[in-house]
Amino acid sequence: MADQILQWSLIATAVMMTIAILIVTFCLLRGPTLPDRVVALDLIGTLTAGAIGVYAISQNEPVYILVSVMLAVVLFVGTVAFAYYLEKGLE
Amino acid sequence: MTQIVASVLMLFGAVFSLLGAVGMLRMPDLLTRLQAATKTGTLGVGFVMLGVAVHFHDLGVVANSLLVVAFLFLTAPIAAHVIARAAYFVPVPLWKHMALDELKQAIDARAADAPPNTTKAEGGTPPE
Repeated sequence: MADQILQWSLIATAVMMTIAILIVTFCLLRGPTLPDRVVALDLIGTLTAGAIGVYAISQNEPVYILVSVMLAVVLFVGTVAFAYYLEKGLE
Repeated sequence: MTQIVASVLMLFGAVFSLLGAVGMLRMPDLLTRLQAATKTGTLGVGFVMLGVAVHFHDLGVVANSLLVVAFLFLTAPIAAHVIARAAYFVPVPLWKHMALDELKQAIDARAADAPPNTTKAEGGTPPE
């Protein structure tokens, strides 16, 4: 019973995360300005970290959580670098 | 029991993530879009990671997933603030019904108070 609930909620969670990532990918392509795209890319990375957590549960393989950790770290650095060069590009 | 709790937490997180994506799609300008993306995305992934911690209930996994949550909660506001500040000075078009622009008021007040050479000096290093 509990196993079945876990299976169904894993499927539902994976579907919802996939739809969310697809919607944000559309926003990434739409723009309309460069900061909009940076925000969309940031959200895609965050959602991917969550989707990897869901995948780790579905495969029953806790090692995959380390991917989420590294993704969260690299994502922050990337966003701050984008913002730095956006401000620097003004001069 | 832990499987049901993990399921509920994961579903909460997925619903929040989906709401964040819809907000990203529907909001009218960059700053409102940024708010939807940052807050709901962080909370959604935080719930999913709590679900992972409950499902595995192993010390190393719980530490790692709480590390993800803590790192997201620390860095998401900083990244959003930095991006919003950079985008304000690009500039991006703001929403036409925007009622209050406190940063513009502060910049105007400082420009009115300060003598001209100090306002020029705060713009960073001059280009080569």
